[in-house]
Amino acid sequence: MSLLLNTVLLVFLLVTAFAVMRVKVLLAMVMLFGLYSLLVSSLFVVLDAPDVAFTEAAVGTGISTVLMLATLAAIRHGHSAPIKPGKRALPLALSLAMGALLIFGIQDLPNFGEANSPAYREVAQHYIDKGQQETGVPNLVTAVLASYRGFDTLGEVTVVLTAGIGVLLLLGRREKVHLIARKSNE
Amino acid sequence: MTPLYLGAGIAFLVTMAMALARAFLGPTVFDRILAVNMFGTKAVLLVALIAFFSGREDLLDIALLYSLLNFIGVVAALRLVERGHFFAATEREEDKEN
Repeated sequence: MSLLLNTVLLVFLLVTAFAVMRVKVLLAMVMLFGLYSLLVSSLFVVLDAPDVAFTEAAVGTGISTVLMLATLAAIRHGHSAPIKPGKRALPLALSLAMGALLIFGIQDLPNFGEANSPAYREVAQHYIDKGQQETGVPNLVTAVLASYRGFDTLGEVTVVLTAGIGVLLLLGRREKVHLIARKSNE
Repeated sequence: MTPLYLGAGIAFLVTMAMALARAFLGPTVFDRILAVNMFGTKAVLLVALIAFFSGREDLLDIALLYSLLNFIGVVAALRLVERGHFFAATEREEDKEN
Protein backbone atom coordinates (compact mmCIF):
# COMPACT_ATOMS: atom_id res chain seq x y z
CA MET A 1 0.00 0.00 0.00
CA SER A 2 2.76 2.41 1.01
CA LEU A 3 4.76 1.53 -2.10
CA LEU A 4 1.70 2.02 -4.31
CA LEU A 5 0.94 5.39 -2.70
CA ASN A 6 4.56 6.52 -2.99
CA THR A 7 4.80 5.54 -6.65
CA VAL A 8 1.50 7.11 -7.70
CA LEU A 9 2.10 10.31 -5.72
CA LEU A 10 5.60 10.65 -7.20
CA VAL A 11 4.20 10.19 -10.71
CA PHE A 12 1.57 12.86 -9.97
CA LEU A 13 4.37 15.11 -8.67
CA LEU A 14 6.41 14.70 -11.84
CA VAL A 15 3.42 15.33 -14.11
CA THR A 16 2.45 18.41 -12.08
CA ALA A 17 6.00 19.78 -12.24
CA PHE A 18 5.96 19.53 -16.05
CA ALA A 19 2.46 21.00 -16.19
CA VAL A 20 3.61 24.01 -14.11
CA MET A 21 6.32 24.63 -16.71
CA ARG A 22 4.01 24.24 -19.70
CA VAL A 23 1.07 26.34 -18.52
CA LYS A 24 1.03 29.89 -19.96
CA VAL A 25 -1.61 31.50 -17.72
CA LEU A 26 0.04 32.70 -14.54
CA LEU A 27 -3.05 32.20 -12.35
CA ALA A 28 -3.30 28.56 -13.46
CA MET A 29 0.42 28.23 -12.80
CA VAL A 30 -0.06 29.42 -9.20
CA MET A 31 -2.95 26.99 -8.68
CA LEU A 32 -0.89 24.10 -10.05
CA PHE A 33 1.98 25.14 -7.83
CA GLY A 34 -0.28 24.92 -4.79
CA LEU A 35 -1.35 21.50 -5.98
CA TYR A 36 2.30 20.48 -6.31
CA SER A 37 2.91 21.55 -2.73
CA LEU A 38 -0.14 19.61 -1.53
CA LEU A 39 1.27 16.52 -3.27
CA VAL A 40 4.65 16.99 -1.58
CA SER A 41 3.05 17.26 1.83
CA SER A 42 0.91 14.16 1.16
CA LEU A 43 4.16 12.37 0.33
CA PHE A 44 5.60 13.51 3.66
CA VAL A 45 2.58 12.02 5.41
CA VAL A 46 3.11 8.71 3.59
CA LEU A 47 6.80 8.87 4.57
CA ASP A 48 5.68 9.20 8.22
CA ALA A 49 6.89 12.76 8.77
CA PRO A 50 3.74 14.55 9.93
CA ASP A 51 5.53 17.60 11.35
CA VAL A 52 7.28 18.28 8.02
CA ALA A 53 3.96 17.73 6.26
CA PHE A 54 2.38 20.28 8.58
CA THR A 55 5.02 22.88 7.71
CA GLU A 56 4.91 22.15 3.99
CA ALA A 57 1.12 22.38 3.91
CA ALA A 58 1.04 25.64 5.86
CA VAL A 59 3.90 27.33 4.01
CA GLY A 60 3.67 25.77 0.55
CA THR A 61 -0.04 25.31 0.02
CA GLY A 62 -1.28 28.11 2.24
CA ILE A 63 0.99 31.13 2.49
CA SER A 64 2.93 30.75 -0.78
CA THR A 65 -0.22 30.35 -2.86
CA VAL A 66 -1.92 33.34 -1.27
CA LEU A 67 1.25 35.44 -1.57
CA MET A 68 1.71 34.55 -5.23
CA LEU A 69 -1.94 35.38 -5.90
CA ALA A 70 -1.40 38.70 -4.10
CA THR A 71 1.65 39.33 -6.30
CA LEU A 72 -0.42 38.61 -9.40
CA ALA A 73 -3.01 41.06 -8.12
CA ALA A 74 -0.32 43.67 -7.50
CA ILE A 75 1.32 43.45 -10.94
CA ARG A 76 -2.08 43.39 -12.73
CA HIS A 77 -0.86 42.96 -16.31
CA GLY A 78 0.96 39.71 -15.73
CA HIS A 79 -1.63 37.22 -16.93
CA SER A 80 0.60 35.64 -19.53
CA ALA A 81 4.23 34.64 -19.42
CA PRO A 82 6.00 35.53 -22.66
CA ILE A 83 9.30 33.72 -23.12
CA LYS A 84 11.78 34.95 -25.68
CA PRO A 85 13.02 31.96 -27.67
CA GLY A 86 16.69 32.97 -27.64
CA LYS A 87 17.00 33.28 -23.87
CA ARG A 88 16.42 29.69 -22.83
CA ALA A 89 20.02 28.46 -22.88
CA LEU A 90 21.22 30.20 -19.73
CA PRO A 91 18.32 29.15 -17.44
CA LEU A 92 18.55 25.59 -18.78
CA ALA A 93 22.30 25.45 -18.12
CA LEU A 94 21.79 26.88 -14.62
CA SER A 95 19.06 24.36 -13.79
CA LEU A 96 21.12 21.45 -15.09
CA ALA A 97 24.18 22.60 -13.13
CA MET A 98 22.08 22.95 -9.97
CA GLY A 99 20.56 19.49 -10.50
CA ALA A 100 23.99 17.96 -11.07
CA LEU A 101 25.24 19.62 -7.88
CA LEU A 102 22.33 18.21 -5.87
CA ILE A 103 22.82 14.69 -7.27
CA PHE A 104 26.53 15.01 -6.45
CA GLY A 105 25.55 15.96 -2.90
CA ILE A 106 23.23 12.96 -2.51
CA GLN A 107 26.16 10.55 -2.81
CA ASP A 108 27.52 11.60 0.58
CA LEU A 109 24.23 10.95 2.37
CA PRO A 110 23.74 7.67 4.23
CA ASN A 111 21.21 5.24 2.77
CA PHE A 112 17.58 5.59 3.79
CA GLY A 113 17.02 3.82 7.11
CA GLU A 114 20.65 2.76 7.49
CA ALA A 115 21.36 1.87 11.13
CA ASN A 116 24.93 3.22 11.06
CA SER A 117 24.08 6.71 9.82
CA PRO A 118 25.22 9.58 12.10
CA ALA A 119 21.62 10.43 12.98
CA TYR A 120 21.25 7.10 14.78
CA ARG A 121 24.79 6.70 16.15
CA GLU A 122 25.31 9.94 18.04
CA VAL A 123 22.52 11.45 20.11
CA ALA A 124 19.38 9.61 19.02
CA GLN A 125 19.61 6.98 21.77
CA HIS A 126 20.08 9.67 24.40
CA TYR A 127 16.99 11.53 23.14
CA ILE A 128 14.93 8.34 23.20
CA ASP A 129 16.11 7.29 26.68
CA LYS A 130 16.19 10.63 28.49
CA GLY A 131 14.12 12.95 26.29
CA GLN A 132 10.93 12.71 28.26
CA GLN A 133 12.43 13.21 31.69
CA GLU A 134 14.85 15.96 30.60
CA THR A 135 12.34 18.10 28.72
CA GLY A 136 8.95 16.95 29.96
CA VAL A 137 7.54 17.02 26.41
CA PRO A 138 5.52 13.89 25.50
CA ASN A 139 6.26 14.03 21.74
CA LEU A 140 9.90 13.24 20.98
CA VAL A 141 10.06 15.22 17.73
CA THR A 142 8.69 18.30 19.48
CA ALA A 143 11.14 17.76 22.35
CA VAL A 144 14.09 17.75 19.93
CA LEU A 145 12.85 20.75 17.92
CA ALA A 146 11.72 22.97 20.78
CA SER A 147 14.15 22.02 23.51
CA TYR A 148 17.37 20.33 22.34
CA ARG A 149 17.50 22.45 19.19
CA GLY A 150 15.79 25.44 20.77
CA PHE A 151 18.31 28.02 19.54
CA ASP A 152 18.10 26.65 16.02
CA THR A 153 14.32 26.97 16.11
CA LEU A 154 14.63 30.49 17.55
CA GLY A 155 16.83 31.42 14.59
CA GLU A 156 14.26 29.97 12.17
CA VAL A 157 11.48 31.94 13.85
CA THR A 158 13.57 35.10 13.48
CA VAL A 159 14.05 34.42 9.77
CA VAL A 160 10.34 33.77 9.24
CA LEU A 161 9.40 36.90 11.21
CA THR A 162 11.80 39.04 9.14
CA ALA A 163 10.44 37.59 5.91
CA GLY A 164 6.89 38.24 7.10
CA ILE A 165 7.66 41.87 7.96
CA GLY A 166 9.28 42.34 4.54
CA VAL A 167 6.28 40.90 2.71
CA LEU A 168 3.84 42.98 4.75
CA LEU A 169 5.82 46.13 4.00
CA LEU A 170 5.80 45.36 0.27
CA LEU A 171 2.12 44.44 0.10
CA GLY A 172 0.78 47.02 2.52
CA ARG A 173 2.55 49.95 0.90
CA ARG A 174 -0.07 50.94 -1.62
CA GLU A 175 -2.82 50.97 0.97
CA LYS A 176 -0.77 53.19 3.25
CA VAL A 177 0.05 55.69 0.52
CA HIS A 178 -3.65 55.75 -0.23
CA LEU A 179 -4.51 56.50 3.38
CA ILE A 180 -1.95 59.29 3.60
CA ALA A 181 -3.29 60.82 0.39
CA ARG A 182 -6.80 60.75 1.75
CA LYS A 183 -5.77 62.34 5.02
CA SER A 184 -3.96 65.17 3.24
CA ASN A 185 -7.07 65.79 1.13
CA GLU A 186 -9.10 66.23 4.28
CA MET B 1 -4.05 -4.34 5.33
CA THR B 2 -7.63 -5.15 4.53
CA PRO B 3 -9.03 -5.08 0.99
CA LEU B 4 -11.34 -2.29 2.14
CA TYR B 5 -8.43 0.11 2.74
CA LEU B 6 -6.74 -0.94 -0.48
CA GLY B 7 -9.90 -0.43 -2.51
CA ALA B 8 -10.54 2.97 -0.92
CA GLY B 9 -6.93 4.00 -1.52
CA ILE B 10 -7.05 3.04 -5.19
CA ALA B 11 -10.38 4.83 -5.60
CA PHE B 12 -8.91 8.01 -4.09
CA LEU B 13 -5.85 7.81 -6.33
CA VAL B 14 -8.00 7.36 -9.45
CA THR B 15 -10.15 10.35 -8.44
CA MET B 16 -7.00 12.38 -7.80
CA ALA B 17 -5.74 11.49 -11.26
CA MET B 18 -9.00 12.68 -12.82
CA ALA B 19 -8.86 15.95 -10.84
CA LEU B 20 -5.24 16.42 -11.97
CA ALA B 21 -6.23 15.88 -15.60
CA ARG B 22 -8.92 18.54 -15.28
CA ALA B 23 -6.44 20.92 -13.62
CA PHE B 24 -4.00 20.48 -16.52
CA LEU B 25 -6.51 20.56 -19.38
CA GLY B 26 -9.09 22.91 -17.92
CA PRO B 27 -9.99 25.42 -20.61
CA THR B 28 -11.09 28.11 -18.15
CA VAL B 29 -9.54 29.29 -14.89
CA PHE B 30 -12.61 28.14 -12.98
CA ASP B 31 -12.13 24.54 -14.13
CA ARG B 32 -8.62 24.63 -12.73
CA ILE B 33 -9.63 26.20 -9.42
CA LEU B 34 -12.39 23.64 -8.98
CA ALA B 35 -10.01 20.81 -9.88
CA VAL B 36 -7.43 22.02 -7.35
CA ASN B 37 -10.15 22.29 -4.70
CA MET B 38 -11.32 18.77 -5.45
CA PHE B 39 -7.76 17.49 -5.40
CA GLY B 40 -7.34 19.06 -1.96
CA THR B 41 -10.45 17.28 -0.73
CA LYS B 42 -9.09 13.97 -2.01
CA ALA B 43 -5.77 14.67 -0.28
CA VAL B 44 -7.69 15.15 2.98
CA LEU B 45 -9.41 11.79 2.44
CA LEU B 46 -6.10 10.12 1.60
CA VAL B 47 -4.43 11.43 4.75
CA ALA B 48 -7.42 10.27 6.83
CA LEU B 49 -7.15 6.83 5.21
CA ILE B 50 -3.42 6.65 5.99
CA ALA B 51 -4.16 7.74 9.57
CA PHE B 52 -6.61 4.87 10.02
CA PHE B 53 -4.71 2.07 8.36
CA SER B 54 -1.43 2.94 10.05
CA GLY B 55 -3.21 3.45 13.39
CA ARG B 56 -1.77 6.93 13.87
CA GLU B 57 -4.80 9.03 14.49
CA ASP B 58 -2.76 12.17 15.19
CA LEU B 59 -2.41 12.41 11.41
CA LEU B 60 -6.05 13.48 11.37
CA ASP B 61 -4.84 16.92 12.52
CA ILE B 62 -3.02 17.24 9.21
CA ALA B 63 -6.19 16.30 7.35
CA LEU B 64 -7.98 19.11 9.19
CA LEU B 65 -5.19 21.56 8.34
CA TYR B 66 -5.40 20.56 4.66
CA SER B 67 -9.10 21.22 4.49
CA LEU B 68 -8.68 24.66 6.12
CA LEU B 69 -5.84 25.61 3.76
CA ASN B 70 -7.77 24.32 0.79
CA PHE B 71 -10.65 26.61 1.67
CA ILE B 72 -8.40 29.66 2.18
CA GLY B 73 -6.51 29.06 -1.07
CA VAL B 74 -9.66 28.69 -3.15
CA VAL B 75 -11.28 31.77 -1.62
CA ALA B 76 -8.12 33.80 -2.27
CA ALA B 77 -7.95 32.61 -5.90
CA LEU B 78 -11.62 33.31 -6.53
CA ARG B 79 -11.35 36.78 -5.03
CA LEU B 80 -8.43 37.53 -7.31
CA VAL B 81 -10.33 36.29 -10.36
CA GLU B 82 -13.46 38.21 -9.48
CA ARG B 83 -11.96 41.59 -8.54
CA GLY B 84 -8.50 41.56 -10.06
CA HIS B 85 -7.06 42.91 -6.83
CA PHE B 86 -7.71 42.05 -3.24
CA PHE B 87 -5.52 43.66 -0.68
CA ALA B 88 -6.46 47.29 -1.12
CA ALA B 89 -9.87 46.40 -2.52
CA THR B 90 -12.12 47.38 0.38
CA GLU B 91 -10.22 50.63 0.84
CA ARG B 92 -10.78 51.71 -2.75
CA GLU B 93 -14.43 50.77 -2.76
CA GLU B 94 -15.04 52.90 0.30
CA ASP B 95 -13.44 55.77 -1.54
CA LYS B 96 -15.76 55.40 -4.46
CA GLU B 97 -18.77 55.56 -2.19
CA ASN B 98 -17.48 58.71 -0.54
